[in-house]
Amino acid sequence: MRNTKKKGIYIHIPFCKSKCIYCDFCSVVPVGDITDRYVTALKNEALRYKRTEKIKADTVYFGGGTPSFIGAERLADILSTVKDVFSIDSDAEITAECNPSSCNEEFFIKLKESGFNRISLGLQSTSETERKAIGRLTSASQAKKAVAQALTASFNNISLDLMLGLPNQTKDSLKESIDFCAEAGVTHISAYILKAEEGTPFFDRLRKEGADSLNLPDEDSVCDLYLFAADYLETKGFKQYEISNFAKDGFASRHNLKYWNADEYIGLGASAHSFFEGKRFYNTRNIDDYLTGSEPLYDGNGGDFEEYAMLRLRLTDGIKKDETEQRFGKGNFERILKNAERLNSPDLIIISDTCISLTKQGFLLSNTLIAELLS
Amino acid sequence: MSKKEFIRNFSIIAHIDHGKSTLADRLLELTNSVALRDMTKQLLDSMDLERERGITIKAHAVRLDYKAQDGNEYILNLIDTPGHVDFNYEVSRSLAACEGAVLIIDATQGIEAQTIANTYLALDHNLELVPVINKIDLPAADPERVAKEVEDVIGLDCSEAPRISAKTGENVQSVLESIVRLIPPPEGDDDKPLKALIFDSYYDSYKGVVVYVRVMEGSIKPGDTMKMMSTGATFTVVETGYMRPTYLQPCSGLSAGEVGYITASIKTVSQASVGDTITLTANPAAEPLAGYRKANPMVFCGIYPADGADYESLKEALEKLRLNDASLHFEPETSGALGFGFRCGFLGLLHLEIIQERLEREYDLDLVSTVPAVIYKIHMSNGEVIEVDNPTHFPDPAEIDFIEEPVASAHIYTPPEYVGSIMELCQNRRGVYIDMVYITPERVDIRYTLPLNEIIYDFFDALKSRTKGYASLDYELSGYQRSKVVKLDVLLNGDVIDALSFIVHEEKAYQRARKIAEKLKDNIPRQMFEIPIQIAIGSKVIARETVKAMRKDVLAKCYGGDITRKKKLLEKQKEGKKRMRQFGSVEVPQEAFMAVLKLDEQ
Repeated sequence: MRNTKKKGIYIHIPFCKSKCIYCDFCSVVPVGDITDRYVTALKNEALRYKRTEKIKADTVYFGGGTPSFIGAERLADILSTVKDVFSIDSDAEITAECNPSSCNEEFFIKLKESGFNRISLGLQSTSETERKAIGRLTSASQAKKAVAQALTASFNNISLDLMLGLPNQTKDSLKESIDFCAEAGVTHISAYILKAEEGTPFFDRLRKEGADSLNLPDEDSVCDLYLFAADYLETKGFKQYEISNFAKDGFASRHNLKYWNADEYIGLGASAHSFFEGKRFYNTRNIDDYLTGSEPLYDGNGGDFEEYAMLRLRLTDGIKKDETEQRFGKGNFERILKNAERLNSPDLIIISDTCISLTKQGFLLSNTLIAELLS
Repeated sequence: MSKKEFIRNFSIIAHIDHGKSTLADRLLELTNSVALRDMTKQLLDSMDLERERGITIKAHAVRLDYKAQDGNEYILNLIDTPGHVDFNYEVSRSLAACEGAVLIIDATQGIEAQTIANTYLALDHNLELVPVINKIDLPAADPERVAKEVEDVIGLDCSEAPRISAKTGENVQSVLESIVRLIPPPEGDDDKPLKALIFDSYYDSYKGVVVYVRVMEGSIKPGDTMKMMSTGATFTVVETGYMRPTYLQPCSGLSAGEVGYITASIKTVSQASVGDTITLTANPAAEPLAGYRKANPMVFCGIYPADGADYESLKEALEKLRLNDASLHFEPETSGALGFGFRCGFLGLLHLEIIQERLEREYDLDLVSTVPAVIYKIHMSNGEVIEVDNPTHFPDPAEIDFIEEPVASAHIYTPPEYVGSIMELCQNRRGVYIDMVYITPERVDIRYTLPLNEIIYDFFDALKSRTKGYASLDYELSGYQRSKVVKLDVLLNGDVIDALSFIVHEEKAYQRARKIAEKLKDNIPRQMFEIPIQIAIGSKVIARETVKAMRKDVLAKCYGGDITRKKKLLEKQKEGKKRMRQFGSVEVPQEAFMAVLKLDEQ
């Protein structure tokens, strides 16, 4: 059966002014004319999806890297191609990730004019010591300024990224960061727990110097920070809807929800992942290979119940009986329910006849719990 | 059939690592018994394990043709013997098949425990000993000192003992000459009723059991009906022949003095037990040869498949191993913790390790095994005496009058500087000092009576590490003695894990309990809830630890639709779960079992 649901479009911009020490995403500091060649390649890739009857989409998301780093003109240029190839809803959510250091008022106005309506800004923390420890170049005040400029450019849907478990981070410093976000007038906050990914300079340093010398909070403290953040954000009106995501009513990221609902999306650009027409596939991480037009790598069929459950359990909404039956038939929900009852952990799992979801503490153990619930 | 006067039946005896297998290789080469292209190192040690560990596990035999300097063609039957105390009985049967033995002594190390033990065994069988001093190529070699040591300790004249290097081949020829000159030819009368000694056997899928024999009296040929004198079982001889290094060479028959093989459509090696005597039904011998006994297991443990689905494979593998190893015992056993498995009996700890390793390697099985145990004699208050080799069957302490445990008389040979350290070790292991003899100024023989339970528990490794590998150990079971042993139970989250229970002396209970609790704590991963670990004697908890609840296991970012990574993680998590053993609500990884088994007591 063909999936007629509207798609999400993801566009990866793999360029940054400098690479953060903890980052393991696909990004480089651009050299020569690589940026323009990349934009051309992106547009060509988009054109491959051109159909007589255009593919319908209701979200577009520019992620990175740092999309803002390549400038508003190029972003607008890419978006116009996307709009040409796909049939984009008039009320589509169109997001650009931005770094405060590479935006100004003019930039935001230009984005707004070209159709963007959501901005996601990397803040990570308002504490200068914490920011320095992970090598962030901008200051918190720059971030604040960027928020103000975006608001002036009449963006009314702005997201800020925070990080949990940063070196030197305490409950107090985290509270300051959250207060800052709440006062800045944004609608959405992502709060990610810092993870040392293999292959990053941060990972190497951690291994060489040890967690103590980096002043990293221990596991228990990180858990406490997470639980504190989740509770405190809610008091500020940011309701948790996913493990790391919080939003004011009606401002949950529609694009990211597609991932967690196991809905389809098309990824364009180096390292971008797609789930389209039942298949999962992704582009090479190697930018040079991408530029020469290397074929996407097939990653198996997607959208089975197990995958759906694994993703849905990241959401506070969890797995609902009626939706599950509609999509996958009877019996699947009961399987999860049986495992949930066996685990008998009300602190971690909320069970009702129609819904199974994880608590905040449960989210912290979600890898284990999801494996258990699917066993 | 061969003329007896030109036959020499001999074995090579040596302490572990003194070069027995290497010398055997050289003898094979010198007698052109193996084509060069077939020559692999330590040819007679055909099992990978034997080559790797540098030990001979099974006996092997091979017939060599040698033209001596006196111009005559000789038949040399080399019967290689296992070199470890676990297999003493097999060694003794191999020696009984010979008239002489080549005694190898390492020119850098001198006499070791098994040099002496094997020498005594050889002398018990009235064998002519041919001393050979090996490894003269090594810088540390001191052949004259070692020769003197042999003369002093064993009373064997070494003035003409060949000084050789089996490794380089230097002077090995003289070993062959000494064998021909010094070892007497076999005796025996071809016309008497048949008496053939079984010194080894193995299962061949085409021929059935191939029985290695030394014919002492009489003769045997294909078509004869033969009889095992211990069981009375009869078989029709299909084939007789000689063992060549890489193949079997059929012959018309075997007669007194000869070493060869017999096949007779025998199904399992247990029907052709080492030490048994074969005779013919037509003209049977009145008495079997002396010395037959059944090999009794002394060490026991439970062996379970890591994955319950492998139970049948494990059963098949054990059955196959038993085809070639009559001393391996096993019976089905069920553990609450580990599911279905087998209680296995072994000759000793090395035997146990070898079987485990072979199961894992040759049959590709993932195993979990329980702490090795010995047989305890438990005298109950009602006068009954029961034998227990499995902690699970240990009775309620309230009903026990007293317990006896097996003890061994042990010889430890060591350079004098380690005496203090060894005595401390033996004392720690509840040893009772018997005496200490300086065999030479450089070598001491310390004798202790040690509980077998203490020997099988890591003793050998501890001894080696305390003496930089210089000390050697030999022991034999000497009886039972009263002992205050108790059973320790391990409880996880309040449930007894039967597979982790073990029997230990009262004095050591606390120390051991603490160690086990710590090890388990380190090896059980944090789970969703707190797990109390308790070690108890009966209902009395003597050690406790806690595995704190896991709090964080989350992939915070699920970015850009890359769910591949998350899926992989989920698969890994599920895979990990499979490797865990579920005890009530607690999951215990195999590593935790291993850690408890390998508690080192340095």
